[in-house]
Amino acid sequence: MSASGAMAPEQTGLGFDARKPHILDGLSDLFQSRPKLLTLLLLLPPLLWIGIVYIGSLFALLIQSFYSLDDFSGVIVRQFTLSTYAQLLEEANVQIILRTVTMAALVTIASAMIAFPIAYYAARYARGWTKAFFYLAIMMPLWSSYLVKVYAWKLILAKEGIVSWMVNGLHLTWLLDRVLALPVVGGPSLSFSYIGTFLVFVYIWLPYMILPVQAALERVPANFIEASADLGADPGQTFRTVILPLALPGIIAGSIFTFSLTLGDYIIPQIVGNSRLFIGQAVYTLQGTAGNIPLAAAFTVVPMAIMGVYLWAAKRMGAFDVL
Amino acid sequence: MSSEAQTTTPLGLRISAVAGLLFLHLPLALIILYAFTTEEKSFEFPPPAYTTKWFGIAWSQRPDIWPPLYLSLKVAAIATTLSLIFGTLAAAALSRSKFFGRETISLLFILPIALPGIITGISLRSAFDLMGLDFSMWTIILGHATFCIVVVYNNAVARFRRLSGNLVEASMDLGANGFQTFRHVVLPQIGTALLAGGMLAFALSFDEVIVTTFTAGQQSTLPIWMLSELIRPRQRPVTNVVAVLVIAVTLLPILAAYYLTRDGEHTAGSSK
Repeated sequence: MSASGAMAPEQTGLGFDARKPHILDGLSDLFQSRPKLLTLLLLLPPLLWIGIVYIGSLFALLIQSFYSLDDFSGVIVRQFTLSTYAQLLEEANVQIILRTVTMAALVTIASAMIAFPIAYYAARYARGWTKAFFYLAIMMPLWSSYLVKVYAWKLILAKEGIVSWMVNGLHLTWLLDRVLALPVVGGPSLSFSYIGTFLVFVYIWLPYMILPVQAALERVPANFIEASADLGADPGQTFRTVILPLALPGIIAGSIFTFSLTLGDYIIPQIVGNSRLFIGQAVYTLQGTAGNIPLAAAFTVVPMAIMGVYLWAAKRMGAFDVL
Repeated sequence: MSSEAQTTTPLGLRISAVAGLLFLHLPLALIILYAFTTEEKSFEFPPPAYTTKWFGIAWSQRPDIWPPLYLSLKVAAIATTLSLIFGTLAAAALSRSKFFGRETISLLFILPIALPGIITGISLRSAFDLMGLDFSMWTIILGHATFCIVVVYNNAVARFRRLSGNLVEASMDLGANGFQTFRHVVLPQIGTALLAGGMLAFALSFDEVIVTTFTAGQQSTLPIWMLSELIRPRQRPVTNVVAVLVIAVTLLPILAAYYLTRDGEHTAGSSK
C-alpha cells in the first residue's frame, strides 16, 4: 500500500471495489468501445505462434523443395530449380506415392465400414449408461498410447502370436499360408506383410472415424427415419436414401484423419510391414541418413497437396461442422 | 432424442457394434497379459507361465527408463501450459465476434493436426536447422505446444459458444470492468473445459512420437525410448511393463476429462 493512499477501499462480495475507479477501467472502457481491438489483442499471441512457428516452418520447408542436392558433394545447392520435383516423378518415387495413397484409401474405406455400425449403435440406440459406456469405449483406445497400440499388433501378428495360435486351433493354417503366399499383399508372416500394415492402420485410426460419424448420425432427426418408413421405404432404402447421405459429412470428416494420418505415418510400416517404403518412411530416411532435405521436402508436398484438395472439398460438403 | 424403443435394435447391428468394440479393446488387453509372461525372447501365445518379476526388474534394474519418463512429464507439463494460454486466447477471440477471415484463421489452428505429423516434424526440424537452433528440450516443447493448442482450442471454443452473453452483460451493468467480468463470471464457467482440454493436451504430448523424433536431439522422451525398444528389443517383457504403465498414465487424464465435460457436450476429444 502506498503511503499517499487514502482510505482502504470497501470490498464487495465479489472481492473487488465497486466504487473506486479501477486502474484497469480505462483499458476496459477502451475495449468496450472498440471490441475489434480486444479481439485482435486476444488473437495476436496464438496467431503469431502458429504463424511463425508452424506456417513459417512450412514455408521454409516448401522453399527447400526448390533447392537441389549436389550428387557428388552431397551439399544442398541453394538455387531455384525444378530438378528435385523431376526426381520425385521418377519411377521408384511414384511407386512410393501410389502405394501410400492406395493404402490410405483402403484404410479409409475399411475404417468407415467398421466404424459405421459402432457409431450408429452409439448414436441411435445407446441410452443412459450404455451411452457413457460407448463414449468411453471409443475414447479410451483413441487416446491410448500410439506406440503401445502398434506394439500390441506386433504381438498379435507375430509368427508365434495369438493369430497363428487361433488359426492353428481352427485347423486353418493352410488358409493363412495361402493368404501369405499371395503376391504383393503376402509375406513371410502377417507382421511382415501389407495385410499386417493395413490391419494396424485401420485399428489405430478407427476411433477418428467413429467420433465424427457418430456426431453426424446424432443430428439425423428420428422422425426422418419414421417418415421414410411410413412412406413405404424398406430399411435398406431408408439407409441408402436417408441415413447415409446425412451421415456423409461425418464420414468425410473422419476420412480427413484416416487419410491424412496414413499418408504421413512412418512408424507403423516400419514396425509392421515389409521393406517397401511409404511416403513417411521415404521422407524420414531422405532427411536423416541421406541428408537430401530438398527431395524430402518435395515428398512432403504430396500429402500437403492431397490434403489441401481434400480439406477444400470437405469444407464444401459441410464436414467441418461435425469435427 | 428419439422415441425408438431400445428393444428394436437389429441383431446384426448389435453384433457388428460389439465386434467393433472388441476389435478396439482386445489388443490393449493383450498388452497387459504379456506384461506377466515368463517368455522373454518371443511373443509366444498363450504365454507358457505367468510371473510378476518384470515389474520389479523394470523398477529397479533398468535405470534407462527414468530419464525419458522425467523428460516426457516435463515436456508435457510445459507444452500443456503454453497451449492452455494460446488455445484459450484463440478460442476467446474467435468465438466473441465474426470478422473477415475468421474461418481461415480457425482452419489455421486446426492445420497442425489435419496435416500429417511428419510434415510438422520435418518442417520444424529444417526451420531449427536454418536458424541454427540447438535441439533441446525446448525444441521438443515448441513442436508439442503447436499441436496441443488445437486440443485446448477445440474444448474451449465449444464452451465459449455456450457461454451466455446475458451474464457478461449483467456483470458489466453492475459495474464490473472487463477484467473483473472475466475473472469472476467467464473463468468459472469455462474452467472445467480448460481443465479437460489441458488434460487431453497433456496426454497427447506425453504420447507423441512422430514430431518428437524430428525435434529431439540426443535426449529421448518415453515414446522415443519405447520406439527404440520396438526396433531393437532388449527385454521384451520390460517393454510390456512400461507399455502398461503408459496405458495407465494416459487413461487417467482421459477419464478425468470425460468426467469434467460429461454434461451435455462431448467435445473433449472429438478431434485429437
